Amino acid sequence: DYRFERVWFWGCIQGVRGAYYIAEGLGPDRAAPRRRLYSLNCLDWSLLTPASREKVARARQLKGRFQGDPSFQYNLADTSAEAAETLLEGGKEPVIKEETRLIATIEQIDKAVGIVPRGAFVKTPLGSVHENRHFEGLSLVEAKKLCSYFHFTEPVNLKNKTLLEKANLDPSTDFLDSLEHDIPQGSWSVQVEKGGTVVVLRSLLWLGLTFYHVPMTKQYGYIYFGTGEKNIDLPFML
Amino acid sequence: HGPYQPHEPGYGLDQPEYTPYDDQIPDPEARTLAIHNAKAYLLKTSTVSGQNVYDHLANVLTKILDEQPTNTVDIIESISNDVKCGQFQKKMDTLRDEHEILPAFEAAEKCKALFIKENGEENEEIIEEEIGHTPLPNVMQTAFYFEQAGIGLSKDESYYIFLALKSLINVQPIQTCRFWGKILGLEMNYIIAEVELREGEEEEAAGEEVTEEEGKGMDEVEEEDKEKEKEDEPPKSTYKPPPEIPKEENGTGANKYVYFVCNEPGKPWVKLPPVTPAQIVCARKIKKFFTGRLEAPVVSFPPFPGNEANYLRAQIARISAGTHISPTGFYQFPEEEEEEEGDTYEENPDFEPPSVAEMVDSLSTWAHHVKNILKQGRCVWINPKKIEEKDEEEEEEEEEEKSEEMEEEQEETGPPLLTLLSEDEGIKDIPAWTAQASTDLIPQHSVAILQSNRWPGAYAFASGRTFENIYFGWGHKYSPENHNPILPPPVQTEYPSGPAITETRDPTLEEELAFKAAQEALAADEEEEEEEEEEEDD
Repeated sequence: DYRFERVWFWGCIQGVRGAYYIAEGLGPDRAAPRRRLYSLNCLDWSLLTPASREKVARARQLKGRFQGDPSFQYNLADTSAEAAETLLEGGKEPVIKEETRLIATIEQIDKAVGIVPRGAFVKTPLGSVHENRHFEGLSLVEAKKLCSYFHFTEPVNLKNKTLLEKANLDPSTDFLDSLEHDIPQGSWSVQVEKGGTVVVLRSLLWLGLTFYHVPMTKQYGYIYFGTGEKNIDLPFML
Repeated sequence: HGPYQPHEPGYGLDQPEYTPYDDQIPDPEARTLAIHNAKAYLLKTSTVSGQNVYDHLANVLTKILDEQPTNTVDIIESISNDVKCGQFQKKMDTLRDEHEILPAFEAAEKCKALFIKENGEENEEIIEEEIGHTPLPNVMQTAFYFEQAGIGLSKDESYYIFLALKSLINVQPIQTCRFWGKILGLEMNYIIAEVELREGEEEEAAGEEVTEEEGKGMDEVEEEDKEKEKEDEPPKSTYKPPPEIPKEENGTGANKYVYFVCNEPGKPWVKLPPVTPAQIVCARKIKKFFTGRLEAPVVSFPPFPGNEANYLRAQIARISAGTHISPTGFYQFPEEEEEEEGDTYEENPDFEPPSVAEMVDSLSTWAHHVKNILKQGRCVWINPKKIEEKDEEEEEEEEEEKSEEMEEEQEETGPPLLTLLSEDEGIKDIPAWTAQASTDLIPQHSVAILQSNRWPGAYAFASGRTFENIYFGWGHKYSPENHNPILPPPVQTEYPSGPAITETRDPTLEEELAFKAAQEALAADEEEEEEEEEEEDD
């Protein structure tokens, strides 16, 4: 009923008492904001309405595991007294539902570490983004380099590149940020498995995000399977 | 096509003697020159695609003659297109093919070694030996149970690990063996096998001596003393480093099992050195990713005594101590020994497994079967004073001094062996374990699964009498707060400060003048007294 062209299984966020299974649906324009559904048992799915920016910003401050119950209320006063006060002034209660936190986390993860191989998507001159039907896959050599993968979000660093680098870019395929300049450096682990038939990238910033690509074929994808917490200790761990 | 008219290009072709250029160029030499020119033109390479018309037409005609499609003239454009595309792909294909063969081929060669060796030795052994209790664990069965919960590796990988464990058993004298789990690393991953070697055949691993920096410091101070013998000797350091806590014997406590690791099934297994308490204590304070190379240094603060192999071993010890569990009652203490610190446990033959529902509902149906590691870094507490007394029995005076200086260290105790899981502390409000049944839909065949929240990645399952623990993860403990590295220790006092060493302020001008005046007054008084005495004497 949602009129999705494609539906992907995004991953699973494990809470203490249960796990959330998340699916994403895409319309014809791949760069449009995605609509996400979640379920506790893979049978009943509920739509996650995108939340307002303030809610998302507040939900980011919550720490700790997910509980596994979508109606669980987090008391904001525990984490940040200021935010709680501003809420109280506005006349609302300083609580955040776990659903909101779920939405915020999924968006964060997609923004930060949702990646696609270079050339898999093309941008038409009109601005809409489509899958590239002539994408044959990256070669093995290319697949081992971080610069052949892009973040699938609004590019941040693209404009900061030098003119020399920009001259080599192809505007139809290189319209996204590549992984090379991710901070901190080394926050991706690239591994080749099965003797070169599969390339696996794992994010160290969001532990649990795994991206795979079979070189020379159109198969790629990423999935998140973890606790839904950012790994803030990353700089210490490298 | 009807007979060609003179003005049409094909005129004269159907008559054998005539060529199209006859009427234009009668001279035979010029004709051949013209033919050459035309051919050269046709052979001119295109600047865009690198092909020329001559070759292309030749290929198109060859293809048509080979395939002989119907209605050729209608589809000749698409045939021409196909040939052009075919040109491209063919060239690239040969390049790519050569590339691809190499890495996959090499990997397959390594794995082939696993398969071949198995067949060769396996047949002989099975025929000769009795089929006794094989130390090889049934990895596929374990993988099946974990798959019910959605945990585990792919079937291919599980099978490779199975074969790799088998090759390990053929090489090393192993009594029991278990697939402990997989730890992910940055460049490569580790596959870990927990092994108990047969008694008497253990080789003493080359002890890696922990280089104590304090010890080095002491030596340097002594050398400086010798050099400065002529001058006043600087005060000697009264600092004695705390005694090194000895590691536990192989086969007991934290070193109960020996661990072998390999990066991928097919690569040779490497034995990890036994773990020392200092390494465990340090590993508790740091949090580092594994790179996948055992010789990599672990750069951290506080400096880790050892390289990545030691860090890996320490983390394995911590994970095992924290998360290896079994259904309560499966193991019991042997009835003869009544020591509370008994390390041994044996299987309980009368064990009746509780139902899956019970195992999921209450955590008291599970118990730890690995000893808890104390703060000291060992499983059995040892008094550091006793170590010192052993070392320095000769100098009795120093003993007395030490016993005055050192505080009484209290005996550390931890939860005893076979503690129930319900007594595990949670972190803040998160329970230490999350229990689930693998499926609600088919309760007869469901399996009880436990996930650890303290060590994310540690799982355990139980179904009837079978149970198993496994670890898939990055090898770090869960902490809700950020990791705060330990601050460097405060600067040590170099010397005791006293009035002799302490600087005092220089007297100001007024003070000096006042002092001088006072001194002169005193001197004047004394002179007066002397004069008076002299007068009296006279």
